[in-house]
Amino acid sequence: MSAAPIETDVIIVGAGPIGLFAVFELGLLDLKCHLVDILDRPGGQCTELYPEKPIYDIPGLPIVTGQELVNKLLEQIKPFDPQFHFSEMATGLEKLPDGKWKLKTDMGTELIAPVVVVAAGAGSFQPKRPPLPGIEAFENAGDGIGVHYAVRKMEAFRGKNILIAGGGDSALDWVINLAPLAKSMTLVHHRDGFRAAAHSVNQMRELEAAGKVKFHVASVKAIQGEPGKMTGVTLAGHDKTEWHLDVDTFLPFFGLTIKLGPIAEFGINLNENLIPVDTARFESQTPGIFAIGDINTYTGKLKLILSGFHEAALMSQAAFHICRPNEKLRFQYTTSSSNLQKKLGVS
Amino acid sequence: MKIIAIDRQGKEHTLEGREGWSVMEILRDGGLDVAAECGGACACATCHVYINDGWFEKLPAPSEAEIDMLDMALAVEPNSRLSCQVICSAETDGIKVTVAPE
Repeated sequence: MSAAPIETDVIIVGAGPIGLFAVFELGLLDLKCHLVDILDRPGGQCTELYPEKPIYDIPGLPIVTGQELVNKLLEQIKPFDPQFHFSEMATGLEKLPDGKWKLKTDMGTELIAPVVVVAAGAGSFQPKRPPLPGIEAFENAGDGIGVHYAVRKMEAFRGKNILIAGGGDSALDWVINLAPLAKSMTLVHHRDGFRAAAHSVNQMRELEAAGKVKFHVASVKAIQGEPGKMTGVTLAGHDKTEWHLDVDTFLPFFGLTIKLGPIAEFGINLNENLIPVDTARFESQTPGIFAIGDINTYTGKLKLILSGFHEAALMSQAAFHICRPNEKLRFQYTTSSSNLQKKLGVS
Repeated sequence: MKIIAIDRQGKEHTLEGREGWSVMEILRDGGLDVAAECGGACACATCHVYINDGWFEKLPAPSEAEIDMLDMALAVEPNSRLSCQVICSAETDGIKVTVAPE
């Protein structure tokens, strides 16, 4: 089983720009943070959806890309030494007898803190699932068989008849990597063109020319087999002609989409997948659980990064009183406080 | 100007288009279930629609960025577009779109 639970001051669910800035505001008040994110790196939508796109409405930064903003936030919070738990989904939240919260992840990590901050944006990034009837029944069917959205162990796919769908880097990378192991490898995409890196496209074309990969401009219309045991798929070409293909494994690679995910089961009051909060503390209707950024809702809410920054600052004041009930909060400015400057490592 | 939109349940909605707005914005304001996760930056493919009844050919051709991003959409058909990249104008008055499955 997992290691012992980790105790901290604040657990932050989501390492997007708002979760990261919360580390700064909490850090100024000497509160330590652990962050959990399903992605394998910080930045949330900024790095997953638009790392190269410019953002123009961050105060004081006339133009900054999603990735640059995240890099600057990481630099800004470095003095506070936040602890990240990447590639982990927050799956459960329970209240302990002493009033603290225990958050569990799908990797078995357990975090305990008096305050939980949900900064999860629109939820968790999950693989896009093709809209095929009954596809769920073929997911998690076992090593190397059925429908998979990621490849964990390549060996599991040895000797299998594999179908890959998609036209991005993931699709082509796995065609190239798995073709040598597979009994047969078929790639389907809706057009004879790919958004993947040019060298990957070239490699795929070489494998196709050598007869190692079959490529069709087609899409998957149906999956055949018994639940848990896929036997084949129905493919359809551009001219709507349909045909059957025997496959053991179907790997769809259409990137990620955002689903609310297990937050819905945390027992927090939700309104249309958003967490209602008050605008003095940004606390949910469950004391000790706060919500900041795109995930919350209140009268006048704007889904802007700058609004989330403001929410993080006010949340931190309230979180301090929960974490340090017997201490007086000393409100200070970073420009004038040598105490804060010491924390930031600049004095 | 009008936009005729069919939602995922097959129900038809007549929406008022606005010059210069994207079809995605009109669909979202009209309460249709369009995720549009990236907010209209042509970066997520979650505002995917089918353009019906010959309207596809009447629209300005999609940019290379949109064609690339459609590779991340599910159930793409020859009349697929990203609705954040289709802009309302007098020429699109009466356009018919169907929200793609998610």
